[in-house]
Amino acid sequence: MTIFTGYSGDLSQPKLEYSLATRGLSLWYDQFKALDDITISVKTGIITSLIGPSGCGKTTLLRCFNRINERYGNVTVKGEVTVMGRNIYDPDVSLIELRKTVGMVFQRPNPLPISVYENVVFGLRLHSESSALKRSLLDAAVEKALTEVGLWNDLKDHLDRKATALQLEQQQKLCVARLLPLKPEIILLDEPCSALDVNGTRAIEELMFSLKGRYTMLIVTHNMAQARRVGDECIFMLLGRVIEHGRTEDIFLNPRDPRTAEYIEGRYG
Amino acid sequence: MTASQTDNLKRPRMARSTAAIFGERIIELLIRLCGVSAIVFVFGIFLFVLREGAPLIGKLDWTKVLFSQEWYPTSKGNVRYGVGALIVGTLSVTGLAMLFAVPFGIGAAVFVSEFSTGKVKETLKIVIEMLAAIPSIVWGFIGLSVMNRLIQEYLPAPVGLNLLNGAILLALMSVPIIVSIGEDALKAVPDSYREAAMAMGATRWQTVYRVLFPAARNGLLAAALLGVGRAIGETMAVLMATGHAVNIPKSIFDPIRTLTATIAAELGETAVGSDHYRMLFLIGVLLFSITFVVNLLADLAVRGVRKQ
Ligand SMILES: Nc1ncnc2c1ncn2[C@@H]1O[C@H](COP(=O)(O)OP(=O)(O)O)[C@@H](O)[C@H]1O
Ligand SMILES: [Mg+2]
Repeated sequence: MTIFTGYSGDLSQPKLEYSLATRGLSLWYDQFKALDDITISVKTGIITSLIGPSGCGKTTLLRCFNRINERYGNVTVKGEVTVMGRNIYDPDVSLIELRKTVGMVFQRPNPLPISVYENVVFGLRLHSESSALKRSLLDAAVEKALTEVGLWNDLKDHLDRKATALQLEQQQKLCVARLLPLKPEIILLDEPCSALDVNGTRAIEELMFSLKGRYTMLIVTHNMAQARRVGDECIFMLLGRVIEHGRTEDIFLNPRDPRTAEYIEGRYG
Repeated sequence: MTASQTDNLKRPRMARSTAAIFGERIIELLIRLCGVSAIVFVFGIFLFVLREGAPLIGKLDWTKVLFSQEWYPTSKGNVRYGVGALIVGTLSVTGLAMLFAVPFGIGAAVFVSEFSTGKVKETLKIVIEMLAAIPSIVWGFIGLSVMNRLIQEYLPAPVGLNLLNGAILLALMSVPIIVSIGEDALKAVPDSYREAAMAMGATRWQTVYRVLFPAARNGLLAAALLGVGRAIGETMAVLMATGHAVNIPKSIFDPIRTLTATIAAELGETAVGSDHYRMLFLIGVLLFSITFVVNLLADLAVRGVRKQ
């Protein structure tokens, strides 16, 4: 029994319209209120970009969806967060199942200091009995995941290379690839290109396009042009609040809120 | 470049007072001396110890010395300098101590670094540092009185001063080193690795053994080796707690004698320049070589030369 799946593969059931949602979500670091009454719904299968000036709480919001915020002891959360229709703060929700369903890519590529191969199968090793992990199964998982992110041809002869020695762009792609064997529904990306150059940025964006439809993606970005390129929808945040959420064209061409317009015109940020 | 900057560059060095230049030279020289002196001291000590023992080197049958367990340095008719039992004593007590200290020390390092926060963490670190500050003679007392009695009472041992007693003391003495170096090694692992693992659903324990242990492997190895170095060199506590009997142990309840304890116990009794005196210095050279190798390995481990 997995709590969060059953929507994407199962044709008898309609796809859930929203993979991620929050209702009245507020978050405090000690006394500091970093998120203030956030209510959003993120559509299944598309790319939603999360923009806003530095320090407005984009990373904090993103890290609510896999509850990794709770690593810090000083965090208090109020409100509801649902993933695939389930409230993830319900006591019977398994944190492990949640994190298998919701993958995360970080700002700096952070492959583990082990081989490329072991990075890709890391999730499988965590969540399966070692007796169930036959070599052929692992090999197949590695080939499939690396092919999906477009690394297979470059790395198939270097699977035992240390992952931390790869180029940054390859590292970041690997960080996407290692999520895939766990069959996530959602991929969260926190400024995944901020450490990369122009070519690396383009490569990651193309990767996101190729994954679109199969995964729901929520990407934090600092880069307005990137939000325009990759985002089907766009959420604009300011000072811990969501100001506007809509189709990317609408946000950029006809913003409803003057603060959105000001940010997009580059008057602050 | 502005005109004044060019002027600055052209200004002759004379502008600085000769005293300032001279002072700087002296300070530079002093700093260099400090650095070089460390090397000089180490070599100096080694050479001094070697010089005291050297005249005896040619006179000994070294296979006999190294492998015989007959240590009769003061026998009237037939002096024998077999240090085999002493080497075995040192290695066995150190080995047994590490069997306790390495798992315990690494475990404690993991707990301090990964599972405790705030007050608990601070308290633990202070207590562990205090453990390191207890003089070895005090450990010797503990071995002689407390441990001795406990072992005799609760374990099937004929005597309480034995291999086990010494090993437990050495373990307690090396744990602080292993914990503090091990904790440093774990702390040096970037937090992004922990987040990567946890975001994929790893539990804290899985994060420790699947991510932190491989990532901090060299540092942890160095911690263990420095613990070994500490244990091999220890003298007072093992002298008091191991029974000090020249003996190849058959069980952990047998008394033993170490290289260090032999030097400490006998050096005061020998005539300067006698063969016995020189033999004790040669044992010093042997010890020096063992600890040198252990430290070298630790150093290589830290630099990751042994990686892969
Ligand atoms: N671990 C933390 N402890 C305390 N305050 C934090 C922590 N992380 C973030 N903050 C604060 O919360 C606010 C939002 O941060 P963040 O979500 O990182 O913003 P963004 O990603 O939009 O730049 C900032 O003011 C930041 O200083
Ligand atoms: Mg951020």
